[in-house]
Amino acid sequence: MEPNEDNPMIVSSQSIVLTKRGSDRGFGRRLRRFVSGPQFRWGVVGIAGFILYWYLMVDVFKIGSFARLPGFVSTIREWVSRNPTYGTSLFTAEYYKHIWSSVTRVAIAFVLATGLGVPVGLLMGWRRVFRGLTFPILELLRPIPILAYIPVVLVLVPGREAPIIVLTFLAAFFVTILNTLLGVRSIDQSYLRAAKSLGFSEAATLLHVIIPGALPYVFVGLQIGMAACWFSLVASEIVSGQSGMGYEVWQTYYYQQYETMVIYMGTLGMMGWASCATLRAVGRRLMRWRAAMLGGI
Amino acid sequence: MPGALSICNAGKVYDPGGLNVVAMDGITFDIRENAFCVVVGPSGCGKTTLLNSVAGFDGLTSGEIFLDGERIAGRGVSAKPGPGRMVVFQNGALFPWKTVLWNVSCGPVQQGRMSRAEAQTKARELMAKVGLSGIEDQFPGQLSGGQKRRVEIVRALMNNPKVLLMDEPFRALDALTKSVVQEFLLEVYDAIPKTVFFITHDLEEAIFLADVVVVMSTRPGTVKRIVKTGLPRPRDHTLLTSPEFLRLYGELEALIHEEAMKAFRAGERELA
Repeated sequence: MEPNEDNPMIVSSQSIVLTKRGSDRGFGRRLRRFVSGPQFRWGVVGIAGFILYWYLMVDVFKIGSFARLPGFVSTIREWVSRNPTYGTSLFTAEYYKHIWSSVTRVAIAFVLATGLGVPVGLLMGWRRVFRGLTFPILELLRPIPILAYIPVVLVLVPGREAPIIVLTFLAAFFVTILNTLLGVRSIDQSYLRAAKSLGFSEAATLLHVIIPGALPYVFVGLQIGMAACWFSLVASEIVSGQSGMGYEVWQTYYYQQYETMVIYMGTLGMMGWASCATLRAVGRRLMRWRAAMLGGI
Repeated sequence: MPGALSICNAGKVYDPGGLNVVAMDGITFDIRENAFCVVVGPSGCGKTTLLNSVAGFDGLTSGEIFLDGERIAGRGVSAKPGPGRMVVFQNGALFPWKTVLWNVSCGPVQQGRMSRAEAQTKARELMAKVGLSGIEDQFPGQLSGGQKRRVEIVRALMNNPKVLLMDEPFRALDALTKSVVQEFLLEVYDAIPKTVFFITHDLEEAIFLADVVVVMSTRPGTVKRIVKTGLPRPRDHTLLTSPEFLRLYGELEALIHEEAMKAFRAGERELA
């Protein structure tokens, strides 16, 4: 930081620089910059290395039990085939049907988990009595693995679709609550005191201080929650589903259609990545002030 | 807007686990309206405790504090901050998720004294008046440390407080920035006189800014000496080398050093 930055005379020149940076924020521009940047290049190298490893271990050398796995070439051939051996590829309706049913389940569960988890977490962080009342319950229920919830949920929740959604929801719900709570607790006491001195009402404090202050943690929680959603989705589809990518991974394993199994695994990975990337983009948009603080993105 | 502050026999005992830590004891002094009062003392002498009770963040365990005759702290008074006593915090408390303009204009809006548009107009005027135009739409994170401090002072002034409470506000700044912001504060003080209650452990800063310097002793914090500087206003950095300044500095330095040594030895005892 140059000391003469503090000279009010040159404040305006500094703001011009920052506005210029601001106009760089379009999605297309950012994408172009990302693709031409070193991060992207190394990412491509990393993935290429992974695929090469797969290809060498399975297709070429068939080392040990790797010989039993589907090869890279046959998997890709199946994936893009117009007439796939096991009936699932980019050109079959079957493929999209299962993607759709998994994606809708995750979407519903995630929206519910966010819609309920964030308010509960805010309330827990904000009101000591509510926190005292609910924190022990949270800490008791949270560590129970989602797989252990499956029987209870199957007994409790009727229907075929609802139990899967409930299980998917639960995983994200706890993570979202905890991170929102931590977010509220992390807010510097000075901000709350400043709000009090400035005459903020309780509602205004919640809206202008607590919620934006907790947002960075909330978004970390949402990302972990999204990953937890996909994880428990697959688990619950395996146990009680009739459709969906998790169900298909298990079915194709059962029928030894390993190429299709890997196709669905790969698709799950891509969906998970895309959903978290979307969340990060939303977060960046809502927290532009942070980008400014971290020196601009 | 008056703002006569009267601190009578103020004391605070913290009781974590029955340890009875006396943070400050029997503090008595008055600040007449629009006086610039700086409290100096070593770390842990109860300066911040005193400021927090004036601000209404924390109560007293003994004594009372009056602002223009109104009892704002003491037995039976529940601590309550308000726009009459604005605080500029040690590490800064501009809301980083709001723009500079929002930060500066939020007080009057939240207090229901102005509409958003009125408050923003007034904020722009005030910022222009003190030479801070052009940064209204930025986020605090985009500003330098010195700019942030100046914006925070302006945010406080927007509320037309009776007293401005400043808790080591320039502590984290480098020496050059610090002197720039100190002169800014003095310019603002000359333009818009306020009662100022300023805390620091930097004696040079204390004398440079103050009408009255209150020297506090180490824990338990008590008033050791009250000195009227009698230095003329307006002031600028040339004051720092004037004989009168150096005489005051010499006089007070001995006192502060004595207290700092006591605090240091007490710290060693605690660690031993």
